[in-house]
Amino acid sequence: MDIALKTNNIGKCFYDPIKFQVLKEVNFEVRKGEFLTMVGKSGSGKSTLLYILSTMDTDYSGDLYIDNQLVTGKSLDQLAQIRNSKIGFVFQFHYLLQEFTCLKNVMIPALRLGKLSTEEIEYKAYNKLEMLGMRDQALKPANKLSGGQQQRVAIARALINEPLLIMGDEPTGNLDSKNTQIVFEIFQELARSNHQTIVAVTHDNDFAQKSDRTIEMLDGKIIRE
Amino acid sequence: MPKINLQIALNYIGSNKKLTAVASLGVVLGMAIYIFMNSMLAGFGKKSDESIFKTTPHVRVFSEEQLSRPLAKDTSHLAMLINPKIRPKTNKIINPTQLIALIKGLKDVRIATPQVSQNVFVNMGLSQLSIRAVGIIPDEADQLFNLTATIVEGKVEELDRSSNNVVIGSGIARKLGIRMGDNINVLSSKAITRNFKVVGIFQLNNKREDEGKMYIHLKAAQQLMKENEAYVTDINVQLSDAKFSKQISCLLRSMIPYQAEDWESANETAMAAARMRTIIINFVSTAILLIAGFGIYNILNMTVSQKINDIAILKAMGFEGKDVVSIFVTQAMVVGMMGVSLGVIVAVLMIKLLKKVYIGGDIGYFPIEFELPKFLQGIVFGFLITFLAGFIPARKAAQVDPVSIFRK
Repeated sequence: MDIALKTNNIGKCFYDPIKFQVLKEVNFEVRKGEFLTMVGKSGSGKSTLLYILSTMDTDYSGDLYIDNQLVTGKSLDQLAQIRNSKIGFVFQFHYLLQEFTCLKNVMIPALRLGKLSTEEIEYKAYNKLEMLGMRDQALKPANKLSGGQQQRVAIARALINEPLLIMGDEPTGNLDSKNTQIVFEIFQELARSNHQTIVAVTHDNDFAQKSDRTIEMLDGKIIRE
Repeated sequence: MPKINLQIALNYIGSNKKLTAVASLGVVLGMAIYIFMNSMLAGFGKKSDESIFKTTPHVRVFSEEQLSRPLAKDTSHLAMLINPKIRPKTNKIINPTQLIALIKGLKDVRIATPQVSQNVFVNMGLSQLSIRAVGIIPDEADQLFNLTATIVEGKVEELDRSSNNVVIGSGIARKLGIRMGDNINVLSSKAITRNFKVVGIFQLNNKREDEGKMYIHLKAAQQLMKENEAYVTDINVQLSDAKFSKQISCLLRSMIPYQAEDWESANETAMAAARMRTIIINFVSTAILLIAGFGIYNILNMTVSQKINDIAILKAMGFEGKDVVSIFVTQAMVVGMMGVSLGVIVAVLMIKLLKKVYIGGDIGYFPIEFELPKFLQGIVFGFLITFLAGFIPARKAAQVDPVSIFRK
């Protein structure tokens, strides 16, 4: 099996206000096409771990491999490139750029990557929105949509560059049960048919149980896989 | 720069129209006033130089009065009784023809013309005035001081026709009630009396000159001094460009045993005033432009704070630090571009308007011109300030740590 993500003894300390070890020797692997959820109480370190996996947090010990490539120690610009081409993000508070249309929001990561022409990107963005049932809202400004709709647009945006990894920080944390169900089905579909890898932090045990694999964390350690 | 950065920058400008307009307006005013004040400064400078050159040559060579000195070279072991005083007759330049030829041979020298200055009395009936009589070679002096332009009646060339002709200042004419064609009686310091016929009246709008100066032919001046044709008190030198004056005067001082004074040293007071003016105007206009920069800095800072979530998302999606910098610097530059271009238009209008304002006196119309270098200087400076005002908040934006934003 191909490995999408691998950690080797990842640890992290907070020094403010006092020295506190949030993560201790975290070792695990995620296979390509796997739908992984991470659960745990508040303060168990699961979000901290996710941000390290996302390459946005570089202040940690140990090694991180994405797509069999060591990313620990790379420059910030190189990491930005990796995020741009290989990782898609979905956040709890949907975080769309409010002054842009849905379509533009979806297009932005691809425009940044610059591999396709604007017309091709637009066509692709419409496809992604279609997949998430948001095609008819494409030209509305992001701030005119409901929370569930914004979250679906954010997922479309995470998918635009066909990333290897999709990471979610409480992707359903702000949604009602109907929208939660929709998001879950989308993730499952992406993992099964597109063979994309999903790593999501969640509080929702129901959501976690239905995923392929669940990692439970407590006090900075993985206590159950 | 990827096109998407520009699009995001433009979007932010569009969503903050009012603030953008206010910031641009600041640049417009700063820019307009900067260009306007600097053009005014250049105009003043030109006007002031122009009026100086009406009476002062670029370089004047003259023999300075010297105190008599002891003949012995080493006086340390001698008891001396001395009575220092100005040596008589030393203001004469020896062998002027050869000296003029030498000066004319120098690079950048256009004209070198002899002059004899002396103080005389002008009698008209019972009135008597003490006046400086300047003996000149009319056509050379005319080229040097542009005398013809200051003549209100008569002609300078008339001086050539007879050594008994004289051109007087308008103040003298008024005080003594003299008209063109009248005769005046002149008494020199060598007790020579001679009648001159008024063939021209000049007016410099400078009271001291208009009431205290008259031009006669060089030969007449020499005769009044009881001297021969080799008697010359000054040599006036005109250069191809006034900026060589210092250099040439230095060179002349080292070559000849006489004093060579450039026009800037001769008008030290006017020059000091001009330097003061330059400092004040530069200071004020730069301060105004800087304040415009603060306006941009302010709006950018505000946008960065407002859009801190957007910045975090962009970074999460793979925008590098330099992309974020380019987004915000572009925003500043667009504001700057609008401000600078409108500012240039306003400056042009202001200068056009002020050119038509009549001041009167020696100055006439307000001395301001379209100074292209000042416009360019203003534009470059405006963009530089805009860039800096944008770059500082942009760098701050680039340093935003997305994780700290997402975890709030």
